[in-house]
Amino acid sequence: MTAKPPPHEPAAPIETIRARIFSFPRRHFLSAGDLNALQATELLDLADAFVALNRQTTKSLDILKGRTLMNLFFENSTRTQSSFEIAGKRLGADVVNMSPRTSSITKGETLIDTAVTLNAMRPDLLVVRHASSGAASLLSQKVSGSVINAGDGQHEHPTQAVLDALSIRRAFGRVSGLTVAICGDVLHSRVARSNVALLHTLGASVRLVGPPTLMPAQAERWGVTVHHDMKAGLAGADVVMMLRLQLERMQGAFVPSTREYFRFYGLDREKLARAAPKAKVMHPGPMNRGVEIDSDVADDPEISLIQDQVEMGVAARMAVLASLAHRLEEHGQ
Amino acid sequence: MNAPQPLALINARLVDPESGYDGPGGVIVSEGVISDVAKGREFGKLGKDVRVIDCGGAMLAPGLIDLRVKTGEPGAETKETLASAARAAAAGGVTSFVVQPDTDPAVDDPSVVDFILRRSRDIDAARILCAGAATKGLKGEQMAEIGLMREAGCVYVTDADRPIVDSKVMQRILTYARGFDTLLAHRPLDPWLAKGGAATGGEFAGRMGLPSISPMAERIMLERDVALLEATGGRLLVDQVTSAQALETLARAKAKGLRIHASASINHLSFNELDIGDYRSFAKVTPPLRGEDDRQALIEALASGLIDIVVSAHAPAPAEDKRLPYDEAAPGAVGLETLLPALLSLYHEERLPLVDLIRAVTLAPAGLIGLQSGRIAPGAPADLVLCDLDAPLIIDAARLLSKSKNSPFDGRRLQGQVLMTIVDGRVAHRAEG
Repeated sequence: MTAKPPPHEPAAPIETIRARIFSFPRRHFLSAGDLNALQATELLDLADAFVALNRQTTKSLDILKGRTLMNLFFENSTRTQSSFEIAGKRLGADVVNMSPRTSSITKGETLIDTAVTLNAMRPDLLVVRHASSGAASLLSQKVSGSVINAGDGQHEHPTQAVLDALSIRRAFGRVSGLTVAICGDVLHSRVARSNVALLHTLGASVRLVGPPTLMPAQAERWGVTVHHDMKAGLAGADVVMMLRLQLERMQGAFVPSTREYFRFYGLDREKLARAAPKAKVMHPGPMNRGVEIDSDVADDPEISLIQDQVEMGVAARMAVLASLAHRLEEHGQ
Repeated sequence: MNAPQPLALINARLVDPESGYDGPGGVIVSEGVISDVAKGREFGKLGKDVRVIDCGGAMLAPGLIDLRVKTGEPGAETKETLASAARAAAAGGVTSFVVQPDTDPAVDDPSVVDFILRRSRDIDAARILCAGAATKGLKGEQMAEIGLMREAGCVYVTDADRPIVDSKVMQRILTYARGFDTLLAHRPLDPWLAKGGAATGGEFAGRMGLPSISPMAERIMLERDVALLEATGGRLLVDQVTSAQALETLARAKAKGLRIHASASINHLSFNELDIGDYRSFAKVTPPLRGEDDRQALIEALASGLIDIVVSAHAPAPAEDKRLPYDEAAPGAVGLETLLPALLSLYHEERLPLVDLIRAVTLAPAGLIGLQSGRIAPGAPADLVLCDLDAPLIIDAARLLSKSKNSPFDGRRLQGQVLMTIVDGRVAHRAEG
């Protein structure tokens, strides 16, 4: 195709992308709270353009050509890791997956030793997931490239918040003014912490819903309202964001049983009826069907954004990677 | 060894917690003891052999006595040896300290007490005393040989960081130790509430996603200890009170006239949980740092005398154990060298009179374990510290004398420079320059 597109058609995604690329405000992306409203909106706009690209037959770009993206997952996560891998590859980066658990790279090594070793291989972008809160921050102090926090313990998972915000904005045309109810195991959830921060920044009002044993101490001081009655918590909500409940946390530790949990905090049609008429349902995956969410709700394309979230994940991560790389370039790295 | 030259320390600000004196004065030291004290007067003619040291108005106080110090000897000498801890102590004005029994092997047997005290005899920089384990292997199950360890020279018994969970065992130790008039130091911590936690439960830990412990874990165990103490009539040192709610329990126990005493660590008096900041593992201590309300309550309790003593809670940990994600990092902080200047912050902030602060690290701990030091009086051991109260300093962890450099005070600006430390009548440390 050499002819220019007719004026009524939107510009080709690639041009939009080039026009929207910006320099990420920090060298690393560790916390959703690092973005202000303007930066978050810029990031979502860029991600939007990547969604369009990803829907074309030709999805590859050369924005990250010559760059090395290293996936360093101390905790297994097929979903997030492949999302970053695809995002990196579509942008033309060389992607290396490290699984420190199964390889010998970290035998007896501290996280910092590992960071120093990997840094010597000069990755430009280092995507890290680790079971300890603060691990990504610690690592970022020891490497010369950009660190992207892909989940640190119970602290943050900022790219998840970006993809969630993107999914919401595409479904409603805005984030500001919406009421989002985040439901379930907030205590152990990095997804919840990142979402509270970013949704706040973007002007949504946030509710946290869950049993008291799964609610962080003084969560009401996060600028949210806390509900232990799910029906009240969902009343009039535009978005119902369900969180995954780790199976080992049921069976008497934090809640008495799976069935009791589902009865009071599982999302089904009856509880969802309390939400706003066109409410959307989200879940970061993988889902425990019949524990925190009813299949009937999860699979209904009219109300579920769960599949969109996976698609938006790749676009959101492309936007993060591209803008971080842009910043590296600007700083002569 | 020859007897050291007699010293006359003149022109000092003399602080003696025993008499409550804080004013101009001087001290004459000979043959390891204080031979004369001048308060508000000058000494008469001094002998020719006396070395005169003009203190220039700096504070002269009894050397500090720290009842809670860990080294790595025996078992983990890369962290800290008795000798390196003694050098650090001397640099910090600490003239006596008590090492904890949680070494490898544990100090749960008179032969290990003997080993530590023999090793210490060759170390001049500080007097090293030893606490014995309360239970064999610090396991909280069977009573250790408290009587024999006492005879070998241990000054109190404790299971250090580990609470004695079994109430029956605790009851028996309190009862049995009474027969030897031995102090039991116990860390009040409910292990079930504390399981897996690394920070104080509350807003900060919630936001940071850190596994947390409610301060209730301290209070619940302390309530139990107080009840057992009441029933048995033993002597208990509450090892590091950190929370306001535990202070209430302590106040009730003291009001009842029980033989209960309490320590606070300099870490909990100096920092709150926000000092953890971006997961600074060097601020990870056990018990974890608390909220600012708790810190303020601790300072008030120290001022009112509810808390008897302040300890450094010196716990060396090498970088490889510290430079880890927060929840994986070893807890603990070195503190021997920073104890005095950090404590002096409370004087500079006008929270406590100087003499009361000094008492909490000298006379009060001496009294708990029956030492003659901790005071400035004729006949008392010549263990002294000379300190320029106003001299500013910035703590540089890399320059600490401890083998491990895990100090949460790194980079902190403090006031109070130790100029000279005298142990047993000898100069054990002198500031450079």
